[in-house]
Amino acid sequence: MAAESVTCPECGAELSFPAKVMIGEIVPCLECGVELEVTGIDPLAVDLAPMEMEDWGE
Amino acid sequence: MSEERLTVGIAGASGYTGGELLRLLLGHPQVEVTQVTANRSVGKFVHQVHPHLRGRSALRFIDSGSLEPCDVLFLALPHGEAQTQIERYAGLAGRIIDLSADFRLSDPERYAAAYGQAHLAPDWLPRFVYGLPEINREALRGARYASGVGCNATATTLAMRAAVLAGYLKADQPIISDVKVGSSEAGNSPSESSHHPARSGVVRPFSLVGHRHESEVKQAFAADGPFDIRLSVTSVEMVRGAAAAVHVTLPAGLDDRDIWKAYRSAWSGEPFVRIVHDKVSLHRHPEPRLLAGTNHADVGWDYDPATGRAVLLCALDNLGKGASGTAVQCLNLMCGFEETTALTFGGMYP
Repeated sequence: MAAESVTCPECGAELSFPAKVMIGEIVPCLECGVELEVTGIDPLAVDLAPMEMEDWGE
Repeated sequence: MSEERLTVGIAGASGYTGGELLRLLLGHPQVEVTQVTANRSVGKFVHQVHPHLRGRSALRFIDSGSLEPCDVLFLALPHGEAQTQIERYAGLAGRIIDLSADFRLSDPERYAAAYGQAHLAPDWLPRFVYGLPEINREALRGARYASGVGCNATATTLAMRAAVLAGYLKADQPIISDVKVGSSEAGNSPSESSHHPARSGVVRPFSLVGHRHESEVKQAFAADGPFDIRLSVTSVEMVRGAAAAVHVTLPAGLDDRDIWKAYRSAWSGEPFVRIVHDKVSLHRHPEPRLLAGTNHADVGWDYDPATGRAVLLCALDNLGKGASGTAVQCLNLMCGFEETTALTFGGMYP
């Protein structure tokens, strides 16, 4: 199955996703680890997914 | 069918960098370690000094005066010793890789300023290529003589390099490299400061200004600008590892994606440097513990766009990428071997 590529809005990495991803699916960026939500299929689009952040004692 | 392997000697093989060299070279398919010297351990098998090498070698230590000719000679001697006999060593081997500080600085005056005494073989300084492949790869290919690298210098150089290449750093700003280091940096000779009750659990600043490796980093970036680089080094509770945090101010208007682009431009294609800058997770920045036994250097950063303040990071194993791993990488380049040969161990976790 063909893969589609998309740019990570956080770090600019070019990411390849399998063509069967679904809208609403959460996929981590391979390079910066941010969670991306699939917001469109044709064309493929992603946005940053809301994430719960650690406060690291701050 | 067997391909003829290069013969290798290690002078000063009983120390920690010598032991790490042995561990790596005993797994190198294109070389054979044929002699190891250690004047304090003559006659002992290597595993009697390096217990993790039991069963991997039947070599016994010889005294340095008994060295015989070989194809490649590694010098893992205390600082200051290699320069006293470099002519003799060069007569024994066509290629030399010296892990000490003796031939890292090409300028005798810079050496004297950093080490407090005149170099004893200044004519040899320009014959050695500074042995950090990430900045000197082409000069190392086919070279006969390569220096080693300083572990703290390497951590600082690699932490800074992407920002330097991107033109982010200015020569008129102090660049402060805060380096945390493990106990193996001090070598295997016991001392009052390494005694367990005195060393265990410490966060001990020991060289906050005037560290000798500053000259090495300045030399590494001499072609890019006269940067004001200062090292502050602190011993922490760790055996292997060095972690540099280099405090700088970046130009206004950058965002994190610009820095990602600079790092990718600097490091894509490098076999041993990895960018670690995760948005989430426990291990979002470079950490030395994950790199023990490897030849990797992990680089990353943290950045405050509101102030331009940034901290450039690098973690490595001081005995690996900071010494013996890089020396084997130099060997591979000097001899035309695949650069990653014998260096592919990826580390352990937890």
